[in-house]
Amino acid sequence: MTTLEIAALKVSIGGKEILRGVDLALEAGRVHGLAGESGSGKTMTGLAVLGLLPHGARVSGAVRLGGRDLLALPLKELNRVRGGEVAMVFQDPATSLHPMLTVGRQLTEHMRHHLGLGKAEARARAVELLGKVRIPGPAEAYGRYPHQFSGGMRQRIAIAIALACSPKVLIADEPTTALDVTVQAGVLRLLRGLCDELGLAVLLVTHDLGVMSAVADEVSVMRDGLVVESGPRGRVLREPEHPYTRSLLESLPDAEAR
Amino acid sequence: MTLPTTLLAIDDLVVEHRSPGRPAVRGVAGASLSVSPGEVVGLVGESGCGKSTLARAVCGLNPITAGSIAFDGQPVTPLGLRRRKLTGIQMVFQDPYASLNPRRRVGDQIADGLRTSGDTATSPADLLERVGLPRDFAGRHPHEFSGGQRQRIAIARALAARPRLLIGDEPISALDASAQSQVARLMRDLAVDSGAGLLFISHDLSVVRLIADRIAVMYLGRIVEVGDTAEVWASPRHPYTQALLRAVPRPDGMGTLPEELPGDVPDPADPPGGCRFSPRCPFVMDVCREKEPEFGPVACWLHEPR
Ligand SMILES: Nc1ncnc2c1ncn2[C@@H]1O[C@H](COP(=O)(O)OP(=O)(O)OP(=O)(O)O)[C@@H](O)[C@H]1O
Ligand SMILES: Nc1ncnc2c1ncn2[C@@H]1O[C@H](COP(=O)(O)OP(=O)(O)O)[C@@H](O)[C@H]1O
Ligand code: SF4
Ligand SMILES: [Mg+2]
Ligand SMILES: [Mg+2]
Repeated sequence: MTTLEIAALKVSIGGKEILRGVDLALEAGRVHGLAGESGSGKTMTGLAVLGLLPHGARVSGAVRLGGRDLLALPLKELNRVRGGEVAMVFQDPATSLHPMLTVGRQLTEHMRHHLGLGKAEARARAVELLGKVRIPGPAEAYGRYPHQFSGGMRQRIAIAIALACSPKVLIADEPTTALDVTVQAGVLRLLRGLCDELGLAVLLVTHDLGVMSAVADEVSVMRDGLVVESGPRGRVLREPEHPYTRSLLESLPDAEAR
Repeated sequence: MTLPTTLLAIDDLVVEHRSPGRPAVRGVAGASLSVSPGEVVGLVGESGCGKSTLARAVCGLNPITAGSIAFDGQPVTPLGLRRRKLTGIQMVFQDPYASLNPRRRVGDQIADGLRTSGDTATSPADLLERVGLPRDFAGRHPHEFSGGQRQRIAIARALAARPRLLIGDEPISALDASAQSQVARLMRDLAVDSGAGLLFISHDLSVVRLIADRIAVMYLGRIVEVGDTAEVWASPRHPYTQALLRAVPRPDGMGTLPEELPGDVPDPADPPGGCRFSPRCPFVMDVCREKEPEFGPVACWLHEPR
């Protein structure tokens, strides 16, 4: 079942066409991987869904969620969707975490704002979420500040905050790129588990085809603002149809070692 | 003139970070490593394991607590910036934004390096060409370039000083995947062609193995395994190296989740007794908790040399 549909999405900034008609469908309980080299428009696609494009960007097309077109929503309603039904996680957890506020405060503020929960209720849910993203000693972690956690734990906390308001859609832009491989493995397992358990529709932006292969169900490949190939993970990675996908796979270390 | 077989010799190096009111942190806790002229050594390990501390000590930027570092047979001692330029060691950092001066044209910054080496035959534009950039970029400022281009400029500037040892501290981790292997290879080719040694630091084993002749794996301040790149990649012996390799996701389209290494890197101010990896090691034995395996090339009781 399609949860979120991006149709003919075009974005231009300062007269330059950045997205030239992107179509993507995200389904509940599935991870949709978005690959492509730097500058191909992956991040812009995610930002467009959230209405977070840079100032002066011109947008056309549609982003459909539950019978509404997010591109046509008034700002107030869009704000309710963002951080509520649609949540996001960025490459650098510092972007999503406030350095001066405790982890608990950041988690509960979100819930009280979006869900209108009382103080005690919000706290209980925050501790539960920290446990869910496997932060050791969640009740004690609640009162600590971001810098008191390792990079991998900070990214888990950013994911917990993203999940606070039970989103239907999670957009994760290079969520493990800044992490060590050993830590990345844990975060990928967490994302996959949450997607399965909560029926989240996940858009996973990554340039790492190994990461893609590990967690994505569907894979789309972008180039110059267009999706050039889209299909099931195994097919796209093992029998790529588009020459650009083939060239991405051939540029991998393992392809060269042969 | 015959080249010495060892350019850089690090022997049982200990480097402590001291800050008032806190216990000393052993960033490097007894590490040994060597680099020969024309050789590329890759140093890998998780964040916080001490890679940068080791690199900074080699450049004379961190005082040595114990052990020794010899460059060209001469002991390395903490130096002022000006004298360091004359030692023949150049470093390229992770963030070229931070290491390049934003206000000066890149050509002028490269010219500084040429002056250091007394090279009057080479122009900044020649060096830009060698790192694969157009010659006329010399007149531009750093902000006019992408991350990958800036890193090439930082490499050109380092090479201008004609170092005999080039150190790259995570020089590619701020770049995207396609630029990563290009820049890594560029550093290798330029260092090897000029007969210099290259110590290439990264947390990404899959890139290091493309360019390194030997790989050294660091864990919590110690080198736990050293070996030829192909051997370490094909048959890692230290349990930590094995865990690092298992965590690399393979692009085979199979949907296999990489294996997680449980636990975090412990606090270097309070390292576990015995083998430093013992709290996370799946093969831990009694001896591991009692005695630290202080030998090489694989510092593990399962691989004790006879
Ligand atoms: N604020 C901006 N103003 C103008 N152009 C921009 C802006 N941000 C990005 N672009 C341009 O939009 C295009 C797509 O950028 P985007 O950041 O979406 O790429 P990406 O695939 O996410 O790349 P990366 O892997 O580097 O993050 C690029 O041509 C980029 O130069
Ligand atoms: N200036 C400093 N003061 C105190 N501790 C430091 C300092 N620099 C690094 N450390 C500590 O030393 C250890 C090794 O750090 P570093 O060499 O930077 O690791 P890496 O480069 O592998 O990420 C870490 O525990 C780090 O927190
Ligand atoms: S010495 Fe023991 S604990 Fe340490 S890595 Fe080897 S087997 Fe594991
Ligand atoms: Mg991006
Ligand atoms: Mg470092």
